[in-house]
Formats: sequence, C-alpha cells, structure tokens
Amino acid sequence: MALLVSGVEILISHPRFYWGEAGNVLTAPLFKLPIPASRATVPTGYGYVLPDQNGWSRYLHFQSAWVCVLTGLLYVAFALFQGHFRRNLVPAREDLSGRRLSAIIAQHLRLRPARADESRSYNVLQRIAYLVVIFVLFPMVIWTGLAMSPAIASAFPAAVAVLGGQQSARTIHFLVSLLLVLFLLIHVVLVCLSGFRNRMRAMITGRPAPDMERV
Amino acid sequence: MKRLSRRKLITTGLVATAGASGLAAVKLARRYGLIPPDGGGLYGPGETLTYAAQRLLTRHSLAREFNPNQISKPPFANEVAPLGDVFKSLQQGAFTDWRLTVDGMVARPASFALGELKSFPRRSQITHLACEEGWSYIAEWMGVPLSHILGVVGTLPQARYVVYRSFQPDWWESIDMADAMHPQTIVAHGMNGGELPVSFGGPLRLRVPRQLGYKSVKYITRLTITDSLKQFGKGLGSASPEGGYAWYAGI
Repeated sequence: MALLVSGVEILISHPRFYWGEAGNVLTAPLFKLPIPASRATVPTGYGYVLPDQNGWSRYLHFQSAWVCVLTGLLYVAFALFQGHFRRNLVPAREDLSGRRLSAIIAQHLRLRPARADESRSYNVLQRIAYLVVIFVLFPMVIWTGLAMSPAIASAFPAAVAVLGGQQSARTIHFLVSLLLVLFLLIHVVLVCLSGFRNRMRAMITGRPAPDMERV
Repeated sequence: MKRLSRRKLITTGLVATAGASGLAAVKLARRYGLIPPDGGGLYGPGETLTYAAQRLLTRHSLAREFNPNQISKPPFANEVAPLGDVFKSLQQGAFTDWRLTVDGMVARPASFALGELKSFPRRSQITHLACEEGWSYIAEWMGVPLSHILGVVGTLPQARYVVYRSFQPDWWESIDMADAMHPQTIVAHGMNGGELPVSFGGPLRLRVPRQLGYKSVKYITRLTITDSLKQFGKGLGSASPEGGYAWYAGI
C-alpha cells in the first residue's frame, strides 16, 4: 500500500511515459496519463498544478521497497526450504490440460463459490497466478525499479540495456505495478466472494475454518 | 509455566542478539562511512540501507556514456528561480568575473576565475541526466574533473565531504569523497560542444552523473571541504533533506 501510494505521488510529478534511454516534455511520449501534474513544466492541459509530494514519497517508496524485498526474500527462502512451491503452487500436470483449464475458467466466470473440498488447496488458476506474481511480477518490478537508478545503472549497465533504456525501465515499472494492483484487486474480490471471515482465518492461522472441516 | 519461561528465554535471547548485532552493524557502518547525513528520523533506516548498499556496489563504477547520436535534441532545461541583477551583470561580462572559491580542509585555499578553470585539464562525457520527477535527457558535458581541483588545493586526509554552493543562496548540496574523487564528477563549463548555457547551469555546474539531477547544482560559486556536515544548515547534509528530499540521490 505504501509503495502504491508513494508510487502514484511520484508518478504525478511527470505523468508521461517514454521508450528508450531518455525522455522529457520535449520528447514524444509513448503514452501519457490524462491527469494533472505536480510540476508546472509538464503540459497536461489542466490549468492547475498539484502540490509537490515527491520528497517524502521517495523516502517512503524506497523504505517500503526494502521491507518488501527483505520479507520477500525470507518468504522465498522458507518456501523453498519447506517445499511450499512444489507442494502447493506448481500445478499438477493433469490440471494443465485444455479441458480442465476451460472447465475451471468457466466455473470462475459463473462466479460459483468453491466447494468445501476445493478450498483445501489452491486450484490451478490460483497456482498459476501466484507463481506469476512471485516469480515474474515481483522480480520485474524490483529489477525495473533498480534500473532507473543512475548509480545501479553505472554498476550494472546491462540490466538497463536489456530493458531498452532507463525510460523503458520506468514505463515497464509502471505497467508491472498496474498488473500487481490488478492482482491485488481480484485477490481481495475473490476472498470476499468466497467468504471473507473463513478466508482471513485460513490465511492467518494456516488452517481451514472449523465449520469447513466438518463438511 | 516451564514452557512459558523457556519461550521467554529464547525470545529475550533473540532480541538481545538482534540488538547487539544491530548496534555492531551501525558501528561498523559509521566507521566505513555508510550512514548518510539524513540517516536519522522516520525514513532513516531505508535511506541508510539504500546509501550503504549503493556505496558498497558502486564505489568505483563508471556512469554509462553514450554515443553522440544519442544526445537529446533539444535537451530540456528545467525552470530556475530568477537569477537577479548581479547575475545579469556578470553574464554581460561573459562571466569573466565569475569565481569559484575553494576552502575548508585544504592545504591551499584558492579562488579560481572562470578562465583559469577553463585552462585546467578537461574531460568530456556524454551522460544521462535523470530528474527525480521521472524525465531525463542525454547531453555531452565538458569540464574540469573535481578531483583535479581538489588536487590543486590539496585536500587534507580527514576530508569526508565536499559542500558546494550555488549563486542562488538557498541552493547547496554535498557529496561524499567517493563521488567527489570519481573521474566523471566534473565542474562543467561546456555542453554539447559549446559554452554551458545559463538555462543548463552556466557558467559552472557541478555534474555528478551517478546521482539524480538535483545533485548537479547550477551556478556553483564555492566548494567547502569538510569532515562533518553537522555545522552546515540543519546538519542534514544539504538543502534537499531540509526540503524533504533525500541527501543521497543515487536512485
């Protein structure tokens, strides 16, 4: 949440995105967001300039990023050690067949709640989504975030070049954050749909709710 | 009762170990200059981690240099506060009376005229300038390596920071010796093959290419070499933390 809020605040100072190494208001943007900016130098079409919130936003963004990266590393280390990914997240081979996948997608589209026996383990769509978030989106958002740093770029120039440049890194950072926000929204909506109390209890205690165990 | 006391013993032990190793880490970090001047307060832990990690990873790394065909045309000159009549009269005299004063922990304090600086060995580099706001441009910068000026005045061994001031009185910054002695940190007086335009910081701008644009202060007039930033401003290292921005701008 802190990363999202501070990220949005930083973005408001220049709501334009470019591709390549360099980009500024004299460069044609790849796309721009139809929002006012916190800098008078950015032509937004709005007659007013938002207050500058970048200072604390940058401090908070990087501090939260450290918390996120360090807890993320701990999580991955423990999960690998305990075989959590292999046991609970890697989809079973038979679940990846076209028929099974389309069946479960259809089930989700009808918003049918999971049966009690299904809520004991993650279904194949959940597994794929979690794996993508853990092993694609989070690494990408950290990588593109670091690639924007001029100091990191000096030490690891290839990490920037592969992305297409520093402005490309910024653009990808924004797009990947959007995907993460999308994941978060869907995640919360599905938790609410499948019974908020039970799911929260399961997440915190690691056990399914007692009334479900009886079924 | 027994289980509780054992748990208590273990947690107390863990807390004590964590505390002791934390204190040891802080002591070690201070010794190796890994704590930034704005390393206190609410965002101090994150700022210290960032500065320490980047110092360890990037002490000697060189900022990326680009090909002439990658130079941004035209580059973007950010807005600056009005410079006033004194600046204008200096500008009318082609800045021949512009001086850069160097003082503090140096063997031979000096004041260099612009012409003198231009006669020093020069370095030209095509680097990226990124603003913390998100925009950037690539330009060719030409100037005297700061390390050369520091060599001429003879910095004392206890020097740890270089404080630099702008003609604009409330604009001042500082960098550590790793950045000050870095070969690409230059006192720039030329840009894209010509004189450094006033809109880009002319006649003199300190270019620190491994940090964001706000560390590359325009219109510099004075360098002060010091072993501590405590006595400058509010003691946070530069005007940036006083305005809410991080002292270290490597990211």
